[in-house]
Amino acid sequence: MKPAVLTGEHFMTGDVACAEGALAAGCRFFGGYPITPATEVAEHIAGRLPEVGGTFIQMEDEIAAMASIIGASCAGVKSMTSTSGPGFSLMMENIGLAICTETPCVVVNVQRAGPSTGLPTQGAQGDMMQARWGSHGHYDIIALAPSSPQEIFYLTIEAFNLSETYRLPVLIMTDEMIGHISERVVIPEAKKIKTVSRPRPKGRKDRFKPFEPGANGVAPMASAGEGYHIHVTGLTHDERGYPVMTVETQKAMMAQIMGKIQRNLDDIIRTEAYRLEDAEVVIVSYGVSARTSLAAVDEARDQGIKAGLLRLITVWPFPEALIRNLAKKVKGFVTVEINLGQIHLEVERCAAGKVPSFLVGHPGGTIITPERVVEALKESF
Amino acid sequence: MNQIKKQVKHPLDDLLRIDRIPHIWCPGCGIGTAFSSCLIAMRESGIDLEKTVMVSGIGCSGRGAGYVNLDSYHTTHGRAIPFATGMKLANPELNVVVFSGDGDLFAIGGNHFIHAARRNVDLTVICVNNFNYGMTGGQVAATTPNMAKTTTTPLGNPDTPFNLPLLAYASGATYVARWTILHTRDLTESIEEALLNRGFSFIEVLSPCPVNYGRRNKENGIDSLKIYQERTIIRNDAQPWELDIDFDRGIVLGKFIQTERPTCTDRYDNTCRPKELIEGEKGLE
Repeated sequence: MKPAVLTGEHFMTGDVACAEGALAAGCRFFGGYPITPATEVAEHIAGRLPEVGGTFIQMEDEIAAMASIIGASCAGVKSMTSTSGPGFSLMMENIGLAICTETPCVVVNVQRAGPSTGLPTQGAQGDMMQARWGSHGHYDIIALAPSSPQEIFYLTIEAFNLSETYRLPVLIMTDEMIGHISERVVIPEAKKIKTVSRPRPKGRKDRFKPFEPGANGVAPMASAGEGYHIHVTGLTHDERGYPVMTVETQKAMMAQIMGKIQRNLDDIIRTEAYRLEDAEVVIVSYGVSARTSLAAVDEARDQGIKAGLLRLITVWPFPEALIRNLAKKVKGFVTVEINLGQIHLEVERCAAGKVPSFLVGHPGGTIITPERVVEALKESF
Repeated sequence: MNQIKKQVKHPLDDLLRIDRIPHIWCPGCGIGTAFSSCLIAMRESGIDLEKTVMVSGIGCSGRGAGYVNLDSYHTTHGRAIPFATGMKLANPELNVVVFSGDGDLFAIGGNHFIHAARRNVDLTVICVNNFNYGMTGGQVAATTPNMAKTTTTPLGNPDTPFNLPLLAYASGATYVARWTILHTRDLTESIEEALLNRGFSFIEVLSPCPVNYGRRNKENGIDSLKIYQERTIIRNDAQPWELDIDFDRGIVLGKFIQTERPTCTDRYDNTCRPKELIEGEKGLE
């Protein structure tokens, strides 16, 4: 069998690095559907999965792709799909099913400019709010935003680990630029990669309740065919997995699917600071925009503006406490993102009127240059 | 008294989630009969029930998964088949049975059905066809007969229904049959065969919906059963294109197709996997 972990130094695109990260994380099922600019994730993993004992299938649409990975995960196999805006819209229905049934899986969105078919080959970051609440009903989700091929490799592993730990779909919200740029990617030895698998049931099979939380607040998960005779439904259900159409059950189930995230924010939220210690003005950014913002920080500092960068690696759940604390000591925020103000709304909400919050946005199709960010900093502060 | 107590246990109790009974199906509904046939067939077929999974979509028939005391998954509307496809391909040892309704499988889920049949995914798909959307109160379906009345076709259905066995056959299913809930022995035997058939197996089960479909079409529960008795003909050799449902000319029932073709997993292994990997696995067995 060929190695699942391609240890060594490579020159690869973000899309390919994402696929390799998935394999290193233990992903052994991929249900896909072609869409620019995410197709290369599926193309690469289609060739790799069968040689490491996994299975790839190109489904008839993104609805089916999403359904298939939930089915595969319920069979006990780590599973993933990748897509872009139009496909992400179609996946929303079953992302909700994975939330409600607490099924681990990973969904990669290589964002392009929308709405609708938009600019298929040109990047954007316009699906961030769709990632938050795109499926109907209220829920919490985890979304990660890598800024390089090297990081997408690691964050894909991290996405699987979080997904398995907390039993929910984890979204990798990357963008066309990161998906298509080729860079150096170093893949460590397999034994140095930490992988996590879902909590597993112990004790008597006939007493097992598939949605009864374990010690860490997450329910152990039995796979189909293991003899637990579990029932899993997208209806509001109790700890036995049985549908119960009462307000009390709805409250309890919602507390479970929200609580496991809210109680573990410290474990889930990752950010990175650049020259933030003495910063008076904080740039908040993520994905490709965080890369262009790095140059803007240095340039602004050269021009006498004490800028720093807060790079969001975890975008959802939003690092609310961090922004609230920063709002007490800085002059203001500038959010840099390739949309017309989505994460900006969150930063503004958390700044809560204490300090001003500005947007450097873009309707999509290209990156935001450092010059534009520096100009905005000069105009605003 | 003891004798009476002993009789309280239903022969299928072991396969039912007794704590979820009574079920939601209306008086006169045929889903329970189709469901019972399915459970009996599962038991009689000798398949490993610990490795058997029921997957349903949404609707009255979709509630089937909630009552079977096996691993069971009640998914989203129309998506039982792609969910089941992922499950089967991820673990080919599982016997995956899709139990759902006509609206779920052939309107919202129609695209998934034809593709799973084309790939010959080794699934057993049982479609309870009650000619309308029962759960939501009796709307027109892709199977509603022409001119039949439903809440969304109050003057009669202007459209033509699908011939489901033809659709299954044309899409590549390797086992295709149609029965009614009155033909329980044939139906049960047929489900048993379908469970043992390697490949995409499809059984359509005609079933009364007196509360919604029957009420608006002057057909009570007994009328439906009479139709199933008097206006059906068993013709196993019928051609799939002869199977349009016509209550006036008579409805053709039977096992129309049983054939062999490599399954989705067979083809994937042979085409995509390195030879040494397949041989290595065989060696381990």
